[in-house]
Amino acid sequence: MTRLSADGRHPVRFKLNGRPVEAEAEPRTLLSDFLRQQIGATGTHVGCEHGVCGACTVIIDGMLTRSCLTLAAQADGCEVQTVEGLAPSPDRLGILQQAFRRNHALQCGFCTAGILMSLDHYLRRHPAPSEADIRDLLSGHLCRCTGYTPIVKAALEAAAELATTTQEKSDA
Amino acid sequence: MAEAAVQSASSVDQNTAEDRPWVGRSIERVEDAALLTGRGRFIDDLGTPPGTLHAAILRSPHAHADIVSVDAEAARRAPGVAAVLTGEQVKALTSSLVVGVKAPVECWPIATERVRYVGEPVAVVVASDRARAEDAIELINVEYRPRAAVVDPLAALAADAPVLHDGFPGNLASDRSFSYGNPEQAFAEATHRFSIDIRYPRNSCTPIETYGVVATYDAAENAYDILANFQGPFSIHTVISRALKVPGNRVRLRTPPDSGGSFGVKQGVFPYIVLISAASRAVGRPVKWIEDRLEHLTASVSATNRATTLSAAITADGKILALDWDQVEDCGAHLRAPEPATLYRMHGNLTGAYDIRHVKVRNRVVVTNKTPTGLNRGFGGPQVYFALERLVQRIAIGLRLDPLDVIRRNLVPANAFPYRTATGALLDSGNYQEAIARAVEQGQLAELKARRDEARAQGRLYGIGFTAVVEPSVSNMGYITTVLTAAERRKAGPKNGAQATATVALDPVGGVAVHVASVPQGQGHRTVLSQVVADVFGLKPQDVRVNTEIDTAKDAWSIASGNYASRFAAAVAGTAKLAAERIAVRLARIAASQLNVEPADIMFAGGFVASKRNPENRIAFSRVAALCHWSPGSLPDDAGQTIRETVFWTPPELTPPDDQDRINSSLCHGFIFDFCGVEIDRTTFETRIDRYVTMHDCGTILHPGMVNGQIRGGFTQALGAALYEEYAYAADGSFLTGTFADYLLPTTTEVPEPQIIHIETPSPFTPLGAKGVGEGNCMSTPACIANAVADALGLADVTLPLVPAKLADLVRGPEPEPPTGQSKAAPTREGDRRLRGEGRASVNGAPEQVWTMLLDPQTLQAVIPGCEQVHKVSDTHFRADVTLGIGPVSGRYRADVQLFDLDPPRAVTLRGKAEGALGFGTAEGRITLEPDGKGGTQLSYSYDAAIGGKVASIGGRLLDGATRVIIGQFFAALARQAGGGAPASGISMFALLAKLASLFGGRR
Amino acid sequence: MKPAAFDYVRAESVNEVLEGLSKEGGNARVLAGGQSLMAMLNMRLAKPRLLIDIMRLKELNRIEEQAGVVTIGAGVRQAALLAWPELARTQPLLARALPWVGHVQTRSRGTICGSLAHADPSAEMPLALIALGGEVHLRNARRRRRVAATEFFLGMMATARAEDELIEAVSFPARAGERCAFREVARRHGDFAIVACAAVATSKGVRFAVGGVADVPQARDWPRLDGSALDDALNGFAYELDARDDVHATARYRRDLVRIIGRDLVREVLQ
Repeated sequence: MTRLSADGRHPVRFKLNGRPVEAEAEPRTLLSDFLRQQIGATGTHVGCEHGVCGACTVIIDGMLTRSCLTLAAQADGCEVQTVEGLAPSPDRLGILQQAFRRNHALQCGFCTAGILMSLDHYLRRHPAPSEADIRDLLSGHLCRCTGYTPIVKAALEAAAELATTTQEKSDA
Repeated sequence: MAEAAVQSASSVDQNTAEDRPWVGRSIERVEDAALLTGRGRFIDDLGTPPGTLHAAILRSPHAHADIVSVDAEAARRAPGVAAVLTGEQVKALTSSLVVGVKAPVECWPIATERVRYVGEPVAVVVASDRARAEDAIELINVEYRPRAAVVDPLAALAADAPVLHDGFPGNLASDRSFSYGNPEQAFAEATHRFSIDIRYPRNSCTPIETYGVVATYDAAENAYDILANFQGPFSIHTVISRALKVPGNRVRLRTPPDSGGSFGVKQGVFPYIVLISAASRAVGRPVKWIEDRLEHLTASVSATNRATTLSAAITADGKILALDWDQVEDCGAHLRAPEPATLYRMHGNLTGAYDIRHVKVRNRVVVTNKTPTGLNRGFGGPQVYFALERLVQRIAIGLRLDPLDVIRRNLVPANAFPYRTATGALLDSGNYQEAIARAVEQGQLAELKARRDEARAQGRLYGIGFTAVVEPSVSNMGYITTVLTAAERRKAGPKNGAQATATVALDPVGGVAVHVASVPQGQGHRTVLSQVVADVFGLKPQDVRVNTEIDTAKDAWSIASGNYASRFAAAVAGTAKLAAERIAVRLARIAASQLNVEPADIMFAGGFVASKRNPENRIAFSRVAALCHWSPGSLPDDAGQTIRETVFWTPPELTPPDDQDRINSSLCHGFIFDFCGVEIDRTTFETRIDRYVTMHDCGTILHPGMVNGQIRGGFTQALGAALYEEYAYAADGSFLTGTFADYLLPTTTEVPEPQIIHIETPSPFTPLGAKGVGEGNCMSTPACIANAVADALGLADVTLPLVPAKLADLVRGPEPEPPTGQSKAAPTREGDRRLRGEGRASVNGAPEQVWTMLLDPQTLQAVIPGCEQVHKVSDTHFRADVTLGIGPVSGRYRADVQLFDLDPPRAVTLRGKAEGALGFGTAEGRITLEPDGKGGTQLSYSYDAAIGGKVASIGGRLLDGATRVIIGQFFAALARQAGGGAPASGISMFALLAKLASLFGGRR
Repeated sequence: MKPAAFDYVRAESVNEVLEGLSKEGGNARVLAGGQSLMAMLNMRLAKPRLLIDIMRLKELNRIEEQAGVVTIGAGVRQAALLAWPELARTQPLLARALPWVGHVQTRSRGTICGSLAHADPSAEMPLALIALGGEVHLRNARRRRRVAATEFFLGMMATARAEDELIEAVSFPARAGERCAFREVARRHGDFAIVACAAVATSKGVRFAVGGVADVPQARDWPRLDGSALDDALNGFAYELDARDDVHATARYRRDLVRIIGRDLVREVLQ
């Protein structure tokens, strides 16, 4: 049994977007804070810290996860994916990201990272979603700028494009 | 409901024709690549200086109380803690914030001596990290002496209302009356008089990024360097420097490159700028504070709630002759600058889109025990138009006219622009009749009416609503002085205008850089500015780099700088155009001399500066642009420099209020006409938007995608205000919607796509012909939806938000009686949130026996849930430390219990209160004992309890249940105690009390 | 809004969990999906000394069907159960109610047993457990016991679980809810229920259960009722639930929904 004591700092290691990362965390350190403050991956944003707004959504071992409702220690040994890992290269956007830009599916961009993670996760598993599916999925996210419709449209466009570029999909 | 609407969402302009101007095209945003890849630079993404400490704020659980004492010793000794600042310490380092009206009232960013709203800062802990600062917060003991609270603006004016500030007698901060034209005569001569009473609720646009401040005090120069996601107006810079007791040039206020939405709300960060700056000074280190969501919902800033009575004098055919406004504005506990601006922002526009020449106004501003108010999208518009447009519907119903006919009959005539309203606004341009005609046509109103008829024929609840509003933008900095009398204004000196600032610079290789004092929070200003400037220089937008960060120590700015009042497109983008043109004129002169043509023959196109007559005679733009750096001596003598040009622009139309209090409160006036069809579910009374049509005239459209984005975003926030969102307070001032599970924002499943239609009548007063567009639907949509719901349900009055249960109460008949023999439901409580109940049972054992047990202090110790230690103050007064828990929720409290009205062995009253980190509770219970005639006792109990503070804010949904659990624990403990000591004969005391316990908190 | 400090144990066996609970009792909390507990930690509503993370225990991560009885381990996430191919066949009510639990992003982490342990009066899983007559499997270091749904929920966020006990699993009886109906009214999609109703056909008639109104979900068993007899029964039940007002709904509104939705659902399953 490993008991991490409250007042100590303990190593946490996981794979972030395919690359190993390591830093120290207290047991109470939230994954959202750990990613941002210890690892420097500030693309994941914190909007409510009670699991409602969805801005901090990441993927852990293939599961959509509110990183504000997760301890850094829980992610130890896991595969974590964040918005920083979505683009195929630093100077290129992925299909979903391009669809967002084309459709003005973001304004301030603060909630966007979480929405992208939910959509990326979903579209890999559901290649032909309906508008209702997308709206149901995204009801777990709050956006205060866009009124949502451009986001839904971007998601549907990206789904259609991904379906026709299976090559891209399999290695994206 | 929100489906099948996606097709109309606009996307990027695919037309790549080179010769079209960039302005007017939906190009991709330059902002997006970083934001989509996690490389945005929001305030909490930026590094901090080494040694930066972190602040957490202890906030008041009470709406109104005296601070008797603050014991922070344990907190100061806690690990990692550098300092704990209370109101006294902050007061010593700062001076009071400016109050919005002239009155002997102070306004501190932290409570001093008294708290006046739930969430008001009481102490600031500065520690090595946020978690440790929060640990220490829990160690601070504050003793409060509660005062009566008032949350309703009209109740606050009552003679016996609790007074918040001695300097605001009767809670009245301002009371001004105005008269324009001859309203008395108009009302006397009118055929009809219609009137409406409105209560506009409290809500807020709640950006997803909260407030953030990093403040550094430089003792060597007695100066502050502050990074904050502030949005302006930068008039607040003067408020901050005054509060920090240094000249303005010693407050360097900077903004981060990105800001996660604001909608006005982040103007409200300024008291925290002062507070955190003071903390930095106290500890001699940089201090960072990121507001958390609970803090934001409870205590950041709110739009005003308002009580309005609006009357109209009407002719027989529905023409409105005069309006009589009586507005009581509720600004919460402190009148923070720029309030009462919410009330006066619309002053020139109190007649809306209508040609009404006689207006009477009484404006009162009151303070109540709620969070202070501030900027919020719509800023005064929602409150005004909800009254005006609901009244227009009433007039139509009263006169049996079509509401659209009443709207049309009263519109400002198309040939009357620029049109001076009765209260002073100069409506710049428009053609309201044409806009409505197009909306009716393109929005297929006739078809919508047929839909309504069909639905109604099937017995469904379907209604249609209309609104027509004027959307003001680019505020006149002088409008707020309308709160002063003309004499007071003369004494104070003039205040007016709306300085906008833009700088265009050319670098040594001909690159173009633009800087504006605009502080966007997601609107895409950088993209639009690159379009505007690219057009002037004949370049592509990607050739123009735009910076919108602000650094008040280095950048050009003025008090009007910032991002508010929808001023970007109209004022800021236009000013950038002027700055670019100034440089272009000089470049044209330089190029003319090089190309050997007249300057008038020069054009900028395709990256070249060329002769219009002979385009082959040309020179690369970058070459001309660089010349002033490399070879200033070879420029024509009178050309001047072309390196950098800063333009300040303020429109001459924005004059101060005149002696008759007429005020042109805004420069531009867009027009919006909305109509919608809604259906109300007969079971749940949920409102479903079937169709929403919104017609906009915002003058020249600079970027159609962004304009529609603003409309959609405003519409969605307005939908929230209409149907879901309210900052709810209990009568005792407890805040009830402190989480995103209680303050409900619309999500994808609630928001339909509105049909957006445009008409463009360019503003003659702005450089680009553009007007603001971001706030209009926040003004028009709540009234439009309410009109539709009122139409569907046949109601005269509807209150926002249109909560299904409220609508059901208005429409449903009497409730079925409970079956015979079953008790009626507990009576509805009178909004005071106190939970009352009672129980009774018989028990073996004489009353004397029971009495002895009840009054034994040891019993008391055993029955107070989680009691750890009892301190006996007197025979009937005890203090104790207790731990109370409900499920995993537990907290330590300081309890105080007194026994009153002792009538041995018949009755006793227990009165107790408890206070701790999670909030406070008060309870009173009366126990009566009567002999049952068989040697036993009939025991009756009644209680009355309330819980407030943090648990009320974040657990409102569960609060009554929680109260019952606590009371249940009390009885369960009493039962255990009694079971241990009571004789085991017949029904034990234990069994009785266990039963009572289950009645209150346990299983049924 | 950061949690108070606590020790953290990533349990490697159930015995470790039980040992920890037996040593620390009420000061320890089991961390499963964390979708309720973590928010309470962040808000400092809960301040345990020790968190015992059970999510790496494979033995708790099982869904089993035996003679129709479905047993769901403490580590089974809501999304996993929803994706279980046998769900609609074996437990149709769960298949209908689960999509109402939170959102995709919370169901992916939240567990069935965690939702029962939290015992929110508006939550769907406690309602389903009551409606279907399921059992909660509790275990401490010394013994195992099973508690019937009706005995498990004691009050708002209060259950029969002793401080040293782990909810090891929950089981739903065979063929329960073969004919069933579920409906929920909330302010928005995914919100806690204002009223959630489930009806299940029984051998004698119908069981009708309501969540979101009383401090715990409540059920009534009725013979085949219709017409005014059904209306009377629903009306009586509606009043017995002792509904109250909050910012989202009034007591009357809740009673109305119990009466109206109840009639629809009962008729639907008795058809």
